[in-house]
Amino acid sequence: MFTETLTGRKKQRHERVARMFFGLMTAAMVIPLLLIVGFVVFKGAPAMTWEFFSTNPRRGGTAGGIWPALVGTLYLILVSLCISAPIGVLAAVYLNEYAKENWFTRIVNLAVVNLAGVPSIVHGLFGLGAFVYALHFGKSILAAALTLAIMTLPVIIASTKEALASVPRSFREACWNVGASRWQTIWRIVLPNSISGILTGVILQVSRTAGETAPVMLTGVATFKAIEGGGLFLYDLREQCMALSMHLFYVRTQASGAPEELSYAIAATLLGVVLLVNTTAICFRVFLRARKKW
Amino acid sequence: MNARKKIEVSGLRLSFGDKEVLHGISFDVYAGEILGVIGPAQSGKTSLLRCINRTIEFTPGARVGGRIAVDGQDVQHVKDVHGLRRKIGMVAPLPVGLPLSIYDNVAFAPRAAGARDRAWLDGHVEQCLRQAALWDEVKERLDVLGTKLSGGQQQRLTIARALSHQPEILCLDEFSIAIDPVTTMRIEDVLKELSRDMTIVLVTNLVQQARRLAARTLFLWNGHIVELDRTEVVFSDSPGDRRTYEYVNGIFG
Ligand SMILES: Nc1ncnc2c1ncn2[C@@H]1O[C@H](COP(=O)(O)OP(=O)(O)OP(=O)(O)O)[C@@H](O)[C@H]1O
Ligand SMILES: [Mg+2]
Repeated sequence: MFTETLTGRKKQRHERVARMFFGLMTAAMVIPLLLIVGFVVFKGAPAMTWEFFSTNPRRGGTAGGIWPALVGTLYLILVSLCISAPIGVLAAVYLNEYAKENWFTRIVNLAVVNLAGVPSIVHGLFGLGAFVYALHFGKSILAAALTLAIMTLPVIIASTKEALASVPRSFREACWNVGASRWQTIWRIVLPNSISGILTGVILQVSRTAGETAPVMLTGVATFKAIEGGGLFLYDLREQCMALSMHLFYVRTQASGAPEELSYAIAATLLGVVLLVNTTAICFRVFLRARKKW
Repeated sequence: MNARKKIEVSGLRLSFGDKEVLHGISFDVYAGEILGVIGPAQSGKTSLLRCINRTIEFTPGARVGGRIAVDGQDVQHVKDVHGLRRKIGMVAPLPVGLPLSIYDNVAFAPRAAGARDRAWLDGHVEQCLRQAALWDEVKERLDVLGTKLSGGQQQRLTIARALSHQPEILCLDEFSIAIDPVTTMRIEDVLKELSRDMTIVLVTNLVQQARRLAARTLFLWNGHIVELDRTEVVFSDSPGDRRTYEYVNGIFG
């Protein structure tokens, strides 16, 4: 019967060691993360008042709030999302569902993979040349958001393709067999079953753009631009804006005499924005997972 | 024998890349008959079916030569390939419940073809599920996901879906792989019933199944037709080809 053998016991010991090892590795990853977040929040907390979030910076950034930078970052995220998400998702649907396997699609796929690895400062330079000068958008939210969109597109395409590819081929074949067109198959079966993966990929990319400094600095972010008055459309897309990442850099390096907690408070806010976006992604995923169909 | 030809296959060649899988095969399927197709693994049975409804097109690198006609019309030149596919019910070897409710699984094809009338759909879904011997097991829970059914139930759901677009031809590819013998028998009875007004191509690994159901049996081997004759002849002690006798009696190496 199932008596415990020597090899069995040895196996169990190996199992325990492996589990401990992987657990330690996880801890090695999580602990620094918690330390960073804790440290930043702890140092920045004294400066994080209502006034800090809701007013313009004063005295060259050494006092006052971060309201325009916060709004600017949200603008950049939203506008670049509106550009890159539809294009990226549609391109991925084309590449994964329609494109025939030939030299052209192979080149496109190769380009997608390689573009994902281009450093962001290079994208910034491209945006400066293409959008700011060649297309005469000037330094503006539009140019900066376009630059961010170009930067995130390859990754959105890659993650969307992966999500689409995770839908079993047998589902598609079953649809084709009953005379459904490619589009009917995609709309009724493929997209509903990959949407959670697609959205997660898109939103995670968006959270990455939130922290980008180099590309937006070159294409549309100003060091100082106050917002007067309220209103829904606080910024015009043709104007420059402020951004949290850039503001942090400026306050820390250029504005002499800024209190230390100010830069930590900005960093904590930036972290908060990223966390907020990621949490949305996770909630989406949990919500859609619960309805996952197979 | 009813002599009207439902499917005519002539000189059909199929290759994947530079590997030829079907080497110019020709045969006819008569309206209203059950044609059994037997043959060892890799002989090209599934590929043959996929040529008939042209889903072979979805495989990159597949090249088809020769001619297949359904109701006298060359499938390569039909105007509406989706209409052609609806004319042919296809049951794949492994059950595929689409990630939709049981009801929507069966209503999928009619809806894709434009059906919207709820009352008609209700009746139609019930009829298809009854024909596939599944109705009694699922009538209480038509809104459950098709993927939550057991393997055998999903296979019958696949059959119901293949019937849902009211095909004139039914192609079954080793449909009994995932079903228990009792259900298999029930479905075989259904097939006999359906064959009164449907043409059935029955690909099967169980040679006895072909013997039970088919009027004629085609023995496909390595992309060649070894023999096509009345089932009694194929299963007799002296079929036209030695290899047929050996395969049918399990001597084949
Ligand atoms: N998508 C494909 N790409 C390349 N080769 C393929 C593809 N599908 C089938 N083949 C090849 O075609 C040949 C015939 O395969 P097919 O599936 O038609 O055989 P089969 O008679 O249905 O076998 P089985 O009884 O195992 O289902 C095999 O050699 C197989 O490797
Ligand atoms: Mg097969």
